[in-house]
Amino acid sequence: MTKTELETLVAPLDAIPCGEGRTFEIAGKRLAIFHTRAGRIFATQAECPHKNGPLADGLVGGTTLICPLHGWKFDLASGSATLGDCGITRYPARVDSQGRVLVNLAPEPA
Amino acid sequence: MNRKNLVVIGNGMAGARAVEEILSRGGADQFQITMFGDEPYGNYNRILLSNVLNGSQQESEIFLNPLSWYRENDILLHVGVRAETILRRSKVVLSDDGLAEPYDKLIIATGSSSYIPPIDELYAADGSYKPGLFVFRSLDDCREIAGYAQGRGKAVVIGGGLLGLEAARGLQNFGLEVEVVHRGGHLMGQQLDPQAGAILKTTMERMDVKVHLLKNTLEVLGAERVAGLRFADGSCMNCDMVVIATGISPNVQIAVRSGLTVERAIVVDNQMRAVDDHDIYVVGECAQHRGNVYGLVAPLWDQAKVLADHITGHKPDAAYHGSKVATKLKVMGVEMASMGVTEPEDERDEIVQFTEPRKGTYKKLVIRDGRLIGAILLGDISKAAYLTQAFDRNTPLPDDRLALLFDIGAPSKKVTLEELPLEAQICNCNGVSKGALIACVKSGKRNPKAVMEMTRAGMGCGSCKSMVSELIEWACGGEVEEDPSVHYYVPGVPLTKPDLIRACKERNLHSVSAVFRELAGGREDAASKPGLASLLNTIWAEEYDHERDARFINERVHANIQKDGRFSVVPQMPGGVTNPAQLRRIADVAEKYNVPMVKLTGGQRIDLLGIQKEDLPNIWRDLDMPSGHAYGKSYRTCKSCVGTDFCRFGVGDSTTLAIRIENYLKGIDSPGKLKMATAGCPRNCSEAMVKDVGAVAVEGGKWEIYVGGAAGAHVRKGDILCVVDSHDEVIKYISRFIQYYRENAKYLERTYGFVERVGMEKIRSIVVEDSEGIAAQLEANLHRSTAAYRDPWKEAVLSDSQREFSSLLPVLQ
Repeated sequence: MTKTELETLVAPLDAIPCGEGRTFEIAGKRLAIFHTRAGRIFATQAECPHKNGPLADGLVGGTTLICPLHGWKFDLASGSATLGDCGITRYPARVDSQGRVLVNLAPEPA
Repeated sequence: MNRKNLVVIGNGMAGARAVEEILSRGGADQFQITMFGDEPYGNYNRILLSNVLNGSQQESEIFLNPLSWYRENDILLHVGVRAETILRRSKVVLSDDGLAEPYDKLIIATGSSSYIPPIDELYAADGSYKPGLFVFRSLDDCREIAGYAQGRGKAVVIGGGLLGLEAARGLQNFGLEVEVVHRGGHLMGQQLDPQAGAILKTTMERMDVKVHLLKNTLEVLGAERVAGLRFADGSCMNCDMVVIATGISPNVQIAVRSGLTVERAIVVDNQMRAVDDHDIYVVGECAQHRGNVYGLVAPLWDQAKVLADHITGHKPDAAYHGSKVATKLKVMGVEMASMGVTEPEDERDEIVQFTEPRKGTYKKLVIRDGRLIGAILLGDISKAAYLTQAFDRNTPLPDDRLALLFDIGAPSKKVTLEELPLEAQICNCNGVSKGALIACVKSGKRNPKAVMEMTRAGMGCGSCKSMVSELIEWACGGEVEEDPSVHYYVPGVPLTKPDLIRACKERNLHSVSAVFRELAGGREDAASKPGLASLLNTIWAEEYDHERDARFINERVHANIQKDGRFSVVPQMPGGVTNPAQLRRIADVAEKYNVPMVKLTGGQRIDLLGIQKEDLPNIWRDLDMPSGHAYGKSYRTCKSCVGTDFCRFGVGDSTTLAIRIENYLKGIDSPGKLKMATAGCPRNCSEAMVKDVGAVAVEGGKWEIYVGGAAGAHVRKGDILCVVDSHDEVIKYISRFIQYYRENAKYLERTYGFVERVGMEKIRSIVVEDSEGIAAQLEANLHRSTAAYRDPWKEAVLSDSQREFSSLLPVLQ
């Protein structure tokens, strides 16, 4: 299978306001998808590895994500924790030519 | 109405207090009151005389009732007139200047005089004290001592009791060398035991007051004026002046002359009446009740109440059963508390004792049958309030005797950082030990922020931050790297708050993204966003460009996120006042949405907990109540008591005030949470003294405004900002304070930290005295913010175009 075949069409980009995140359920899997103010798209696991905080409700700045419950910090570009004990799983995500968000459910290597 | 004649002999604290108590029971309708006072003043607080002597208070500050008070209350006061005789059969009081005042009821409140021990050569030829010799009892004594002390070299105080030591301290302030000679074996024999007395002696001598014990004075030396003293042990001492403070003796001459029963003082029954004449009452230091004569003020207040209850018929069965004597004193700067007995009196009495003479600390409890019957605290009186209460109420003491003497809890600051064991937990929220912090420093982190981020110490409630910083500094051996961002308003924009405000105004920056673009080199910092949003909202009010992503989730959805990602909702309820219709609606909503818990909050509001995000807009629509702001760094709530409408103690309308405050301040952003309260009287039921901003009603239609209080992770009693006369004024001054705080505090800095950092003096001068001329501007700026407020629930209900409230979005196709 090619990379494109594993991709799932998620939503139009404007479903995720600039600078925020939203939670989606894709093929039984919950994902948080973020749309940064710089226009980049990131997809991660939906819950914080610390105490299951809803990551999509967190604050985003640059590529940093802060969990709303206890302030663990993650780098969206690498998945690693900048404040906290362990990182988060990332999924490849992109915007196609029609302005739609696509996510590949095969996790990116940590 | 035909009023009876009430004559009061004595215009000291006891006499005047008894009259006040009688007036407060409507006594003015029953009695025409006449008072005799042999001092030429109104009534003053004798306890504070030592403050006048040592210069810490002015004479005018210690007056309780000025002469005008007597006129206003229609009391005839014979000033400077001494009552000489009571003609009991014809019921008339005769004075030394020939006055005759008939009475129906009489009160004797003659107090006491200085006790003069048998010493030779006390008097000059004319019968007055020898020049340079003084007693210390009245305002006149105080003036004469002060007058004579100027330019003298050495003073001796005879008497090592409370009054003697206070006199010694006062004399020291005139630059005199001071020594105390005391007949007894230890200082303050009434209040202290020998061990405590010895510790106090050492403390006194450290302050250059030499103390001689077991020294009996026989003679005053000097032909014309005081030149020295001669003692029973044969020794002599030169001095320029002598103050005698060897105790008091009740003034009972008039009672003796009038045939009343007098032992140590005038003997009274439980209604405070002389035992042999029921038209004569006796109160204060000249009264002897069940063998006790009290020289302290608290028993005197108790007696005055019983007397007034009985004489006015207010409570015909009122009875005095004696007072338990507990005192808290400060002698020469040494704090002490004493109550009950100083020594065990019985075999079963148990003693709990702690002594640390080097620090001047001594604590001793005498316990009988598990109850406190006596205590002495010297140096550290932190447990005095608790012990006094246990003593007063005779309540059983806890088994842990150690806890009676000390507050046992987290290691206090007095334990040095070095002494602290490695496993001691410093951050109680995130469980970080001293050892973990040291390891982090050793791994190369050399500034507090870096260590805190790595260990998460101090990142919970934040109350341990200063201790963590100190420990890191210690672990670095003083070589801490300065983290410049501690001076910034938010870490992501390298400007202090005043510079940041100026830059935003100059460059017309209305949104958080614009601030990052213009002032932070385009680098967005997630953690700095909410702080910037708050500040821009404060600066621009209705012109603020609201970007939702800059807000913490609570302020995006106007509810409080919980541990499982669900939310809690608090409807607005100004003053904590609700009604059946609201309660019914809340109940309906709770049932309809299966709200798992309905709970009262600490701020007197109703909290609906465990709500799914997508239900929020519907719940608000069904509630049809405004948002209660229980979720943001903003004005939270203003608690109140029931004030004057229903409470029998209330002296100010706290409920109406709280409602006004909430309606005015609702929803405004601030650097940290603003929790407020109003209390209708100083009983402080709504805890207004420990709020960020509180208003407490006091007698006379006044309100005390407290700021900087806290009762969360950090506990602090607020400081009084000012005392004002009306609700309008309360709103005016709290508005100024709040806006000054909004414009000057760092992000997340609560008022308790802010007032300590800036200093109450400065805040008061700006906010109350308007020293910088910005007070009107502060009020206007806050007004602009409040005017820009829109109920967020209403707005959110109207539109959810961004699907903010969907916890899960469907996928296309």
